[in-house]
Amino acid sequence: MDRFLFLTMDGVTRGTIYAAFALALVLIWRGTRVVNFAQGAMAVATVYIAYSVSGATGSYWLGFASALVGAALLGAVIELVVARRVHDAPPLNAIVVAIGLVLFLQAVLGMIYTNEYLAFPAPFSQNAVFAGVSPYDVFVFGVVVALLGVLTWLFTRTPLGLRMRASAFAPEVSRLLGVDVALMRTLGWVLAAVVGSLAALLVIPTELGLHPTAMDDVFVAAFTAAVVGGLDSPAGAVLGGLIVGVLLSYVGGYVRSDATPLAVLGLLVVVLLVRPGGLFAVPSARRV
Amino acid sequence: MSGMANSTDTATVAPAPPRARATTGRRGNTLLRHVLIATVVGVVVVIATYQIEPFRNYQLATIGAYLCVLPGLILLTGFTGQISLGHGALMAAGAYTVALTPDLPFLFSLLAGVLVATVLGAVIGVAAARLHGPYLAGATLAVAVSVPAVTTTFDGLFGGDAGLTFAVSPAPASLGAYFPFERWQAWITLLGAAVVMLLLANLVRSRFGRTLRAVRDDEVAASLAGIHVGRVRVLAFVLSAAGAGLGGGMFALLAQSVSPGAYGLTLSLNLMLAIVLGGLGGLRGAVWGAIVLVALQPLADWATSGLDADPALQQRLEGTLPLAIFGAALIVVMTTAPGGLDALVTRALRRLRGARRSDPAAR
Amino acid sequence: MAPLLEVENLTCGYGPVEVLRNVSLSVERGSVLAVLGANGAGKTTLLRTLSGLIRPTAGRIVFDGADVRGVAVEKLVRRGIAHVPEGRGVVAELTVDENLRLGGLWRRDRADAQAALAEVYELFEPLARRRRSVGHQLSGGERQMLSVGRALVARPSLLLLDEPSLGLAPRVTAQILALLAQRCESTGLTVLLVEQNVRSALSIADHGVVLSVGEVAMSAPAARLKDDDDLRHAYLGF
Repeated sequence: MDRFLFLTMDGVTRGTIYAAFALALVLIWRGTRVVNFAQGAMAVATVYIAYSVSGATGSYWLGFASALVGAALLGAVIELVVARRVHDAPPLNAIVVAIGLVLFLQAVLGMIYTNEYLAFPAPFSQNAVFAGVSPYDVFVFGVVVALLGVLTWLFTRTPLGLRMRASAFAPEVSRLLGVDVALMRTLGWVLAAVVGSLAALLVIPTELGLHPTAMDDVFVAAFTAAVVGGLDSPAGAVLGGLIVGVLLSYVGGYVRSDATPLAVLGLLVVVLLVRPGGLFAVPSARRV
Repeated sequence: MSGMANSTDTATVAPAPPRARATTGRRGNTLLRHVLIATVVGVVVVIATYQIEPFRNYQLATIGAYLCVLPGLILLTGFTGQISLGHGALMAAGAYTVALTPDLPFLFSLLAGVLVATVLGAVIGVAAARLHGPYLAGATLAVAVSVPAVTTTFDGLFGGDAGLTFAVSPAPASLGAYFPFERWQAWITLLGAAVVMLLLANLVRSRFGRTLRAVRDDEVAASLAGIHVGRVRVLAFVLSAAGAGLGGGMFALLAQSVSPGAYGLTLSLNLMLAIVLGGLGGLRGAVWGAIVLVALQPLADWATSGLDADPALQQRLEGTLPLAIFGAALIVVMTTAPGGLDALVTRALRRLRGARRSDPAAR
Repeated sequence: MAPLLEVENLTCGYGPVEVLRNVSLSVERGSVLAVLGANGAGKTTLLRTLSGLIRPTAGRIVFDGADVRGVAVEKLVRRGIAHVPEGRGVVAELTVDENLRLGGLWRRDRADAQAALAEVYELFEPLARRRRSVGHQLSGGERQMLSVGRALVARPSLLLLDEPSLGLAPRVTAQILALLAQRCESTGLTVLLVEQNVRSALSIADHGVVLSVGEVAMSAPAARLKDDDDLRHAYLGF
C-alpha cells in the first residue's frame, strides 16, 4: 500500500510536469496548427542557460529566471525567423523544419557543453518526507498550479488573452476586427517556449541529468498527454498529463522502468485509434 | 544507380508537356530501360570497387545500405505525403532479425529481416493510415524512441544496451583468396539497393504510382475517383517498411553487430533529413540523400581539422558539426528550396543546357 | 462633399484568374449602396479587396480622402472600415460578450468602447439575453446580429456587409436590416451591402450597383432599380 501511495504521488508530480509541457504544445497547436516537434530541444537549450548562469552566479533562482527570459527570446526568434515561413505550407514542411531545429539545437548544445550528462540539481531535497512526497515535489506541484492559474487568468480575463484565443480560432475574422494576428502568433510561441522551459527546468533534476536529448522521452510523453486530452484543449492537456504521469509511474514501479516508453507508445496508439480527438472530445468532432 | 532513377523524374514533373510526351513514347519498355541502366551502372560500380581502397568501399557499402531504405521512404513521404519519424525502428527489426539468425545463409536471414519489418510495418501502417500530419509524426516518433526500451525490456533476447554481435561469412573463395571483405559488403548492399530501386522505379511509373500521387495531392478527390485511400496509404507504408527491413539487415552486415543506440531516434531523424535534403520529388533524391548522409561526416572532419582549434574543441565539433549543418540545411531547404538537392541539380543542369542552346543564337 | 468611398478601375483576382475588372463605384456619406449580382459575380471579392484581405492588381481605393490600397487589414478597421464577412464570422468558440468586446479591443478610448458595447446590446436586444452563450449555440439570426453588432462596436464610418440574408428567414433578415437602417438614420453610418437577395437589399438601399462576371453592368438609384422591370429582368432575373 505504501508503494502504491508512493507511486501514485510520484506519478502525479511527474504528471504535472507532463501537463505543463503538453500545455506548451497545445498553445502552439491552437494558435498555428503546428505541433512543435522542437519544443523539447528548445526547452533543453534554456535549461543549459540556467546551468550556465547558476554555475557563474551560484544562484539557482537567477539561472531559473534567465532560462525563462531566454526561452521567451528563443520562442520569438524561432517564430519570426523560421516558423512563420512554413505557416501556410503543408504540415510536412512544418514538421521537417521542426526536426531541423531539433538537430541544430542539439548539435549546438553538444558543441558548447559536450554530450556528457551534466548535473543540474534541484533547489529542494528530493527525499520523501511525508507520504512519499518530497519538498521538491511540493515545489513542482506549486509551480505548475501557479502556472495554470496564470494561464487561465491570461486567457479568460485579459484583453490580450481574448485576442490570442480569437486569433487561434478565427485568424481572418480577428484581423478584420483589428487584431494583429501575426503578433499574437509570435506571442503564442513566446508563451509556449516559456511554459516548455518551465517544464524542462522542473523535470531535468529528476532525470539522469542535463543532456542535449534529455527531453526526447518527455516530449513523447507530453505529446501523448496532449493527444489523450485532445490537442485543442488546455484542460485536456492537464488531465492527459496526469493520466500519463500516473500510468508511467505504475508501469515503472510494478513492471519495469525500462518499459515506460512502451507504455507511452501503447497508450498513444490506443487513444489515436479509439478516440483520435482525445478522451474528452465530442466524438467525430474532428478528423485527425 | 543514380542514372536508373532518371525516368522517375519525368513522371514527377509530368506537368511539363513536352517532356511528358517524350516519355510516353518510351512507356512500353520502361522495365527494359531500367534494367539496362541498372546493368550499366552496376558494371561501372563493380569495376570501381576494384579501384578504390577498402575504406572507400565501406563508405560505398554504407551508401548502398541507405539506398535500400531511402527510396521506400521517398515513396511514403514524397508520393503519399505520410510522415514517418520511426523508420529507424523498422530498420532495427530487420537488423535484429539478421543478428538473431546467424546460422541461416545471409540471404535467408536478410529475407527474414525484410519479412519481420514488413509485418511490423503493416501493423504500424494500418494504424497510421487513419492518422494525418502531426499525429502520424508523433506516433512514429513514439515508435522510434521505444527501440531502446524494447531491447532492454527483452534483454534476454536482444542483449539489452550492449546489443548482439555475430559473424558474417566472408566472400566466397571463388572470388579469390585476397578478396577484401569491404568490397564484398559493398557488392551485397549495392545489389540490394539496385533491386529496391528497380522495383520502386517501375512501381512509381505504373498505375499505382499515379494512384499514390493522387492520394497525396487531394485525398478527397482521390477517394471520389474510386481510390481506396486507406489501402493505398497502408500499402505505401508496408513497402517502405520492407525497404527499411532490408536496409537494417544491410547495416547489421556492415557492423556485424546490432545495438539499440545505432537504431534510435537519431537514425530515424537522419533518414527523414536525407530524403528531404535529397529531394522528395522523385526516387533519385534517395541517391543524393544517401551520399549526403555518408559524405558529410568526413567532410566535417576535414573542415574541423582545417580549423586551428585545440584538440578538445575539435573533438567536440567532430561529433556535432555535421548535425548542426544538417539541421540548418533542413530548415533552409524546407523554407527556401523544398525540392531538395535533386531539384537544385536538375535546375542547374537545365540552366547549363539552356545556356548552351542559346549560345549559337547569340552568335 | 466628396463620397466616403471611391473605387476607381479596381482589378483583382486569384492568380491568373481575374475576378474583378475595372470596377468603379462610389458611396456617398450616410448612404446605403447595394451591390447586387448573381453567384460568382465577384461581390464577395469586392468586399474582401476593400477590407484589404485581397490585394488588387490595379485601380484605386480612396476612403475618406486617402488611398487605402495596401493598408494592412488590421489597420483599416482603425480608419473606420468594418467588414462583416459572409457566413457571419462569429467566433464560435467565444461567448457573445467576448465576440462583441473583440470588436472594440483596438480602441484607445476604453470608456467609449464600453459605451458602444452597451449601445449594441440596446440595439440588438436578443444578444443582451445571451451574453454568456458560446457562438455555436446561437441561432442564425442571433449570429447575424452578433457579427453586425460586433462591427458596430468599432464605431465605423463605413460598414461592409456581405450577404446578411444568407440562410436566414426573410422575417429575420428584414428585422436586422430595419434595425440597421434605423442606425444609419441616427448616426450617419455609411453601408456597402452585398446581396443576392435583391428585394431585401433594395428595401434599404439608396443606390444600387449590379455586378456581372466581375464588371459593373449598371449603376442606378435604388428606386429606379426597383421599378424598372426591364432592368430587373435583364440583370437581376426576377
